Formats: sequence, C-alpha cells, structure tokens
Amino acid sequence: MESQAGGSVFSHVPQVPEVPLYAMQAAYGKDSSPQKLNLGIGVYRTEDGRPVLLDVVSRAEQLLVNDLSSFKDYLPITGMPDFNRLSAALVLGADSPAIKENRVTTAQCLSGSGSIRIGADFLAKHYGQHHIVYMSQQTYGNHPNFFSAAGIAIKTYRYYDPGTRGLDFQGMLEDLRSSPTGAIVLLQACAQNPTGVDPTMSQWKQIRQLIRSKGLLPFFDCAYQGFVSGNLEEDAQSIRLFVADGGECLIAQSYSKNMGLYGERVGALSIVCKTAEVACNVESQLKLVIRPMYSNPPIHGAAIVAAILKDRDMYNEWSIEVKAMADRLMSMRQHLFNALRDKGTPGDWSYIIRQVGMFTFSGLSPEQVAFITKEYHIYLPSDGRINMAGLGPKTVPHLADAIHAAVTTAV
Amino acid sequence: MASAMLSLASVSPSASLSTHETPKGKLKLGSTSWSLNKERNCLFAKTESFGRVSMVAAVNVSKFEGVTMAPPDPILGVSEAFKASTNESKLNLGVGAYRTEDLQPYVLDVVKKAENLMIERGENKEYLPIEGLAAFNKVTAELLFGADNPVIKQQRLATVQGLSGTGSLRLAGAFIERYFPGAKVLISSPTWGNHKNIFNDSRVPWSEYRYYDPKTVGLDFEGMIADIKAAPEGSFVLLHGCAHNPTGIDPTPEQWEKIADVIQEKNHIPFFDVAYQGFASGSLDTDAASVRLFAARGLELLVAQSYSKNLGLYAERIGAINVVCASSDAATRVKSQLKRIARPMYSNPPIHGARIVANVVGDPALFNEWKAEMEMMAGRIKGVRQKLYDSLTATDKSGKDWSFILKQIGMFSFTGLNKAQTENMTNKWHVYMTKDGRISLAGLSLAKCEYLSDAIIDSYHNVS
Repeated sequence: MESQAGGSVFSHVPQVPEVPLYAMQAAYGKDSSPQKLNLGIGVYRTEDGRPVLLDVVSRAEQLLVNDLSSFKDYLPITGMPDFNRLSAALVLGADSPAIKENRVTTAQCLSGSGSIRIGADFLAKHYGQHHIVYMSQQTYGNHPNFFSAAGIAIKTYRYYDPGTRGLDFQGMLEDLRSSPTGAIVLLQACAQNPTGVDPTMSQWKQIRQLIRSKGLLPFFDCAYQGFVSGNLEEDAQSIRLFVADGGECLIAQSYSKNMGLYGERVGALSIVCKTAEVACNVESQLKLVIRPMYSNPPIHGAAIVAAILKDRDMYNEWSIEVKAMADRLMSMRQHLFNALRDKGTPGDWSYIIRQVGMFTFSGLSPEQVAFITKEYHIYLPSDGRINMAGLGPKTVPHLADAIHAAVTTAV
Repeated sequence: MASAMLSLASVSPSASLSTHETPKGKLKLGSTSWSLNKERNCLFAKTESFGRVSMVAAVNVSKFEGVTMAPPDPILGVSEAFKASTNESKLNLGVGAYRTEDLQPYVLDVVKKAENLMIERGENKEYLPIEGLAAFNKVTAELLFGADNPVIKQQRLATVQGLSGTGSLRLAGAFIERYFPGAKVLISSPTWGNHKNIFNDSRVPWSEYRYYDPKTVGLDFEGMIADIKAAPEGSFVLLHGCAHNPTGIDPTPEQWEKIADVIQEKNHIPFFDVAYQGFASGSLDTDAASVRLFAARGLELLVAQSYSKNLGLYAERIGAINVVCASSDAATRVKSQLKRIARPMYSNPPIHGARIVANVVGDPALFNEWKAEMEMMAGRIKGVRQKLYDSLTATDKSGKDWSFILKQIGMFSFTGLNKAQTENMTNKWHVYMTKDGRISLAGLSLAKCEYLSDAIIDSYHNVS
C-alpha cells in the first residue's frame, strides 16, 4: 500500500466502466441530430418525449407542503406504517387472508431495487442453506447485482424464445424442475423487463404448482402494476395466485413507473409468511438488515403514495392516469405494428402487439441495433429492447424506417 | 390454523406469577417474557430457558421457522418505548432529533421555502444519476471544505450522495472491505451505536481506541493517542468531526493537531463522521475546522456527511460520502467504485432532500437564513445546557462537579450515569434515554430542566 507521504493509497483502485445503459444515455445526450430518439432507459414519457409528473402526485405534494402538522422526523426503520399497510393492500388485495391473518410483514424500502436488496440480504442471513436464486435468462440488468452483493449464487431459467418471440414455457418449467429444493426463484409479476413477455394465467398456475411442489421460494419483482392491462387489480393476479394457496413469498414493489416517482425511491418489500408469529420475527430481523445500511427510509415519496392510496378520489384519479399511460403504450405498439405492416417490412411483427408493458424485445441483433443508432440516431440497448414509452405518433415512422432498413440491408 | 395471539386479559392475576411492565413493551411473567410488537399488535411467547415455544402446530412449516425475534434497536427503540408510555411527566431524551422549547418537532423555515420553490417549478422526478444530484454534490463539498479549498480546485475530491450519514458510512465501509481487505477501522470508545453495525455488515474489522474518561467525564487524550499509535499501519481512524456522539466531548484544536501527527506517522487514513456541521458551535466553518486541518496537511481522507440535524432533514435521508485523494485520477476511479457499490443497494439515491439542500445552500438569501436558524437551534441547546447545569448545582449539595454539562458540545450529553442508574431514570422518572447514559439535549426544554436535574441527582446518588 502506498504511504500517504508519496503517492495515493488509492493507486490500486481501478476505474469501473460505465453501466452500458448509462453510457448509451450519455451518447444520446451528446447527439445533435434533431431526429434522435431515446428508446433506451425505462422511464415513461409523453408522446412528445417529455417526462411526466402525474397530476395526482402534484396534488398530493401541494397538500403535503401545506400541511403544517407534517414533520420530517425519522421514520421507523421499516418505514411509514400507513404506506406499508396500503402498499400491501394494493398488491395483495385489501381483503387478502394473508393480510387479515397478520401473516404479511411490509417494510418501506428504496423502490424496487432497495426492496430486492433488503430481501436478498435477509435471505442470505436467514434462509438456511438455500443460497441460490434462479432468475429468467433475460431479466432487468441490475437483478444479478442485488443477489451477488448479498452473497447469493445466481442461476438462470430459460424464458424468452427467440423463435416465437414469446415464452419458452417448457424450457422454463424444465429449468425450474431441475433446480435444487428450496432455491429462490425471482419472478416478474407482470410486464417483464426486458422482453415484454408474460406468462398467461394458465401458465402461471402451472408455474405455481411446480414451485410449491419443489418447495422453491418465490420472490416477485412487481415494478409495473397497472402497466399491462391498465387495471391495478388485474396486473397483481400472478402474485395473488401464489398468496391464495397459503404459501410464502417475497414481493418487491416499486412506485417508480406507475406513480412516476422514480427519483423519490419509493417501494416496499412484503414477506408473506406461514404464520403471524413468523411474520413478527421476520420483521424484527429486517430491521437489523436495514439499520446498518441506511437506518430508515426516505419520507417524501412514501408520504405522496400514502396520501393518494388512502383518499378515494385521489386513488381514482391515479387509476385513471395509470390507465392512460398503459393505453398510450398499447397505442404505440399498434402504431409501430401498423407502420411496419404498411411498409411491408419482411418478418412477423405481430409480437409487438402481443408483448405487454413498457418494453418490446425487437429481435434486432446487436449489429442491427448499432446500425440503427449510427444511421438513424435511435438509441436502444444492444439486446434490442425498445421502450415503447419513448415513442409518439410522430416518431413511430422514423423507427419503422430504421427497422425496415436494418432488416433489409446486409448489416 | 390456530393463531399465536393471546390477549393480556386472559392472564389471571391470581396466578403465582409477577407481572412487571417495562418501558420496552415487554411483559415478564415468571421465566416467560412476552414481546409486544406495537406496530403489528401481536403478542408472542418466548421462554427464556427453553428457547422459543411454538404455539402453533403447523402442517407445512414456514421457511422462516428458525428466524428468531431480534432485540429492539437500542437508540430507536427508546423513542418507541417513550411513545408507549402514558405517564404525564415523560421526557424523551433518546434519539437526537431537535425539538423546540415546546418540545415540538421543527421543520426549518428555509426548508419550507425551498420545498415551495420546488413545487412552483413543477420539477419532475426523473432518476438521479447513481452518484446523486450534481448540484447537491457540488454544494455539499464546498460547505465541508470551503469553495476555494485546493482539494476542490484540483478536482481531487470524489463526492457521492448517500442516504444521510448512515448510508454514506455504509458506502465507505463497503469500499474499504473491497479495496483495503483486512484493514481495520478504529472507532472511539464509546461511539454512536450504529457504527459497529455498519462495519459488521460491511465485513470490515474494527477495534476501539480509548476516548471517554469516566473519571474526568472528559477526553482520555493520552489513551486515544496511544491506541491510535499502537494500531497496525494503514488503519482507518473514525473521528467525529465535531459534537462527538454520544459524549459531546471534542478534542481541542491543539489536540486535533496531535491526532493528525500520529495519524500521519502511522500512515493511517482519517475517516470523519460529520453529522453536526453548524449544529455544534452554531458556525458551519468552525465545525468543519477539524476536517479542514487534516485536508490542509495534504492527507487523503474520507468524510461522511449528514443533513439530518443541521437542516432538520432527518427523514429525507440526505448526506454524502467524500473521499479526498492525492490526484484527480484517483478521485475519478474512487468515485466510480462508490457508484458500483451504490447501484446494487438502491440503484440511485432519493431526490427530494438533495434538491432541498442544493436550493438552500445554493441561494445566498436562503443560505443566510439557514445560518441564522442554525444559530438559533445551537443557541437553544446551549441555553438548555446552562439551565440544566444551574439546576444541578443549585439542588445537588454533594459538591459533585457538573461542569461537564457546559464543557460538552452538541446535541448530546454523556451524563456518566451507569446502566442501573439509567434504568432508574426511566422506571422512576419516566425519562427515556439510552443505556449508555447519553441524553439528547435537543429533547429538553428550559421548563423541564429542574425535573431532569432532580431525576439525575436521585439516580446518581441513590442508585448504584
């Protein structure tokens, strides 16, 4: 180690390369083309490509800042109790037996990411010898990192079938079947990122049966509730199917997209347990994981969420705004499909309207993606994932042109 | 499935068991202690001698069957116990959150102004970069080091927004574990209760250096220097920049120089926890003097900052980890590593508190207003210290020297009360404080000083 007198004690510390998605954002920022399109990062945009502050969120914030009885005292370690209660009810249903029986412990965490990390750390510490998690082969880029930071080994199950541009259901079942008993299984509740491919309800039922018969532990990532069907209750059905059988699971919820609260970092980790006593013990241990990481969670986003969820009018307003966002995504899918069909672009593009949520897995190769970026100034990650929210009716033709060129040119 | 819930009413008073309600919400019935979890309204049995009693015959066993009930946090648990108490005289001197003279929480005027500005602008809530809000990172570094400090001008500083002091310390802990494997962090004895947890969870070994001298109720300076000197070369030395928590005892400027000497001699790396800048003396610059002294020597060092107390932003979780490096190249690399640690923790930090700080510190008018509010808060604490000291010396005829109350600085006072005496404070006088004898003066009003002094005198003299 270098002494303080001479060089740096940090001389052995290497540079970490920028996360590819963020490097892409930076490149987009530097691009001066008036036609440039950002279809990379996963945030919702208006049809003019602008960020959205939901009306109901503005309303809630105004109420909060005018509320003279609101203070900024530390929240409890597991966060705002009202927020926790309302979040559990949102994802599980207010009349869920698991909630009624006090078998659910909910901790406010830093959005979906923080919820997954706290869950992973908790499992690493308390979930016996089962330090292995299975996640879909194509999954959110940061998923592996939460678990490896917690010291949990990572394996994948087959998910996306490039042939059908749909779910490789048999592959998924086979891989889960051959996993060791007790392994953790990470599932995305709806609007799978990055593929846009969700299991059907019938397929979920089979997945559930297999997971329960093998004693696997399901861990749901629920980041897009409301973004598939436009209906909050409907998009939670996969999770509720599992909880209805009385079994255990973990759920990481995020309000980043469906309430547009991205930077506020608001979400929740719920752990559904066999008994109320277990839930109590688990809750106390979650506190020991959270306290040395950041003591207690940030209040602002949770206060906004709680204000909206507990007021019937604001909840309805919110539901309408979520539906509008989901509808716009579906509309863009239809626009893009129509544009490619009308151009006669070779290939079957129907998957665009079959896939759901914010993303479409375009099936473009990395070379084709690079071509599109260079020639058309359209930015998307090399796996071909398109953020449909980055499109508007005026910009769809540009993307259609680009895709058409990419598949008809020898790239 | 039978629930494990039992109601207190069903416990027969005629049974040969004694009940004793403790402020922690624990009910002791003979050898069985019952934990009352207030938030969840559940009551579960736990026999001390035989381990957990499972009240439920479950068909399918929980995957978390073996998870035991964790003890409540020693600091945050105090507030929970205080809330549970119904006694009229109760006093919360547990956690260090500032209270007005009326013992109400306080949101600073400048914070309200900043929040209103933010709403008027209708700013969206897009993700911050992993390293946080650039405007915040800029002002927080300038506040700490001074805007014209060479470390800033030469771009030798890596600053990453963190989740208040705790989160910033945790980023540093993870960084130390990865790039200085086996290196120890030396922490003061005593120190803030969560320091050990943070380094344990970061898997960084730690050891203590002598700090508090119970005989003088002051600093054991010789012991501190000796222990820092004895530690393996290249250790990280955790120092409280000002307003030491829990003792309130800070080194003098001359002592800081000597601490810097021995740290330099041993090629140790100074690691400051600055949670009270502006709150200790009332002056932001004065309270940063220790950090600036070390930086001026050209040392590489780490500083964790928090805006919980000085801007009253407790629940917004806003702070930063700063690493002063020998070169700008090193700073760039270190920053990238801190980002790499933050990303799998929470992806990117919360925006609200960062914007408030950036607005307040970045606007000259708001900044001046803030300085005035901070002087007011620090002034109230000094006033309470004086009144408590006056009450103690007026009432206590034993000749005990209570002047340490005036010499200590910041939110906390180390009373020197032991565990049993502290329990007496709570059980008899309904004064809630941490077991180490720490009281938070921020939770004390002038009106309550006499009552508190009675409690302290009684506990000190009549309990051992």
